[in-house]
Amino acid sequence: MAVKERKLTIARAMAEGIAQEMRTDESVFVMGEDVGPLGGVFGNTRGLYDEFGAERVRDTPISETAFMGAAVGAASDGMRPIVELMFVDFFGVCFDAIYNNMAKNAYFSGGNVKVPVVLMTSTGGGYSDGGQHSQCVYGTFAHLPGMKVVVPSNAYDAKGMMIAAIRDDNPVIFMYHKSLQGMGWLGTEKGATVHVPEEEYVVEFGKASTAKEGSDVTIVSLGVGVHHALKAAKTLEQDGISAEVIDLRTLVPLDRDYIFASVKKTGRLVVVDEDYHSYGVSGEVMASVVERDISILKAAPKRIAYPDIPIPFSPIMEQWALPNVEKIVEACLAFDYHQEQAALI
Amino acid sequence: MKPSLEQKVWMYEHMLVSRYYEQAIEKIYLEGKSPVFNMAKGTIPGEMHLSNGQEPCAVGVCAHLHDYDIITATHRPHHQAIAKGVDLKRMTAEIFGKKSGLSGGRGGHMHLFDPAVNFSCSGIIGQGMGPAVGAALSRKLQNKPGVAISYIGDAASNQGAFHESLNLAAVWKLPVVFVVEDNAWGISVAKETSMSVTHNAVRAQSYGIPGVFVPGNDPVAIFEAAGEAITRARNGEGPSLLDLETYRLAGHFMGDGEDYRPAGEKAALAEKDPILVFEQTLLNEKVITPDENEQMKKAALSRVEEAVEFARSSDYAPAEEAMDFVFV
Ligand SMILES: Cc1ncc(C[n+]2csc(CCOP(=O)(O)OP(=O)(O)O)c2C)c(N)n1
Repeated sequence: MAVKERKLTIARAMAEGIAQEMRTDESVFVMGEDVGPLGGVFGNTRGLYDEFGAERVRDTPISETAFMGAAVGAASDGMRPIVELMFVDFFGVCFDAIYNNMAKNAYFSGGNVKVPVVLMTSTGGGYSDGGQHSQCVYGTFAHLPGMKVVVPSNAYDAKGMMIAAIRDDNPVIFMYHKSLQGMGWLGTEKGATVHVPEEEYVVEFGKASTAKEGSDVTIVSLGVGVHHALKAAKTLEQDGISAEVIDLRTLVPLDRDYIFASVKKTGRLVVVDEDYHSYGVSGEVMASVVERDISILKAAPKRIAYPDIPIPFSPIMEQWALPNVEKIVEACLAFDYHQEQAALI
Repeated sequence: MKPSLEQKVWMYEHMLVSRYYEQAIEKIYLEGKSPVFNMAKGTIPGEMHLSNGQEPCAVGVCAHLHDYDIITATHRPHHQAIAKGVDLKRMTAEIFGKKSGLSGGRGGHMHLFDPAVNFSCSGIIGQGMGPAVGAALSRKLQNKPGVAISYIGDAASNQGAFHESLNLAAVWKLPVVFVVEDNAWGISVAKETSMSVTHNAVRAQSYGIPGVFVPGNDPVAIFEAAGEAITRARNGEGPSLLDLETYRLAGHFMGDGEDYRPAGEKAALAEKDPILVFEQTLLNEKVITPDENEQMKKAALSRVEEAVEFARSSDYAPAEEAMDFVFV
């Protein structure tokens, strides 16, 4: 008998994962701005307040330094806080608690103090929210040792990664992209709303996945970029080019072997990242290939990232600056697919 | 210090401009956003925080200010910008994202900069406060005239920046006035669940600076309290904090369902609409005649219409210009 698949948005998948863990583990609680009765401005704590009440689903004052620090303190004392930073752009007001405490205390204590915080935060633009509400800053968070950093591209991964994050004894930064949340007002990417099993399950960190197999070029991305890459791959198929799309899923730990294996197969690499171009994810992914064996490349790798500018408000400017399907297609078409030998040796 | 008749009229006129402005923006914002409300779409994409109801906080303070005085404003900045004399046409073009906007469309509604009248704002809660302190320090060090005003919302007073800025301004005795627009809400979170004291005026006192609570959302009462604070600052007597009771007549942002509001709150607030109240006062006191009132409304409306027309008929800057001005 055919069972109708249950599809959830990322927001609902996150909330479901949190709820299931809260039911089985008394030490899990949620805090942040508007996470209570409102259910989070991006919907990922909907229903939690009604089920678990104000003690375990706490609206905080706009005091990020204090509640981020409090998450560290509570986690070190046996709790498992899930704390929301509403927009990742707001990290500046509380970064010390994250960068110097949350991320380092386990190390400073020789592993004796565990800091199992889940810091969930929204990323990304595309809807003209201006330069303080549209950034991705993946690289900023991934750069510092001591925090795991994960970025789901679909609801299945989001639930499994949320549960994994809650159970992890380390701080995990869970970065969700606004345009994947399934909030109508953000013009949601449909591909992120997928089948999500009812039971609890874990998506292991450090494992990238193949969103689409291919043989001519590897497109590596994360979050919403995966959906752009999949659309680009469809277009490229019409030109007879077979693109493989790799979804990084976790930035820390980074699945370097997996990326390498795919590029070894295709010989060509394009990285798509909505974070700023320089010093970020795209450079790291390319480095992880070329520092291992540059000879597997048939051509110089390319990256499509956000230019090194603050995000402009004007829709014309912002859309121009964002990675998109056309840019990916163009980058992939620019390779010479008839050249069989490695070009770089 | 009581407002003169001219000052009362000035305040009323600017409240009218502000209200008509927000009503126009509200309507334009919805253009192209139906049948499904989608923030990315329409003439004005992105978030939109309207200031309907909070006009008295803008005019009561700004009636005392010159172009050379400094304002650092918030994510809800339109009424403050209008009262400070920010170029309304270029501000509107900015909100539309057009080339003729204050920054050519790079900043948008939460990042308006008009150096001609020393106005700026920021969408990061509490982060206008340090810059206001710094501007005040700069005026003091350079022996130049001017006070700095930092506007924040009540919920922003729970930020570290609030406490550090009050302390720094107090110990350095700087010409800065912190203005809290207390509309009792931080998005969906009520003030009483975020603060253990009722008024931010109390917090100011704990930093050794005057903190004055002004109830009633009344432009005249705000004018009087602001007059004292600003005079103190100009006389080198140091900072103060104005804690102004006000009302947010709309949602936190456009698209806010406002389910968190207790039943009837909105309707009750609408009855206390400060513009209607002030209008009645001015008519009763015969500060203005009904005819003058109509004239003022017309004039305010046409200022708004002109600004909107200017923005509509302006072009977008070419996309590649996004690369300009990262460095100057
Ligand atoms: C540092 C920071 N944290 C959170 C936010 C998200 N946010 C924007 S407005 C707002 C509520 C602000 O309330 P208040 O200061 O009282 O001003 P109001 O909106 O009531 O005018 C919040 C939480 C932000 N912009 N910056």
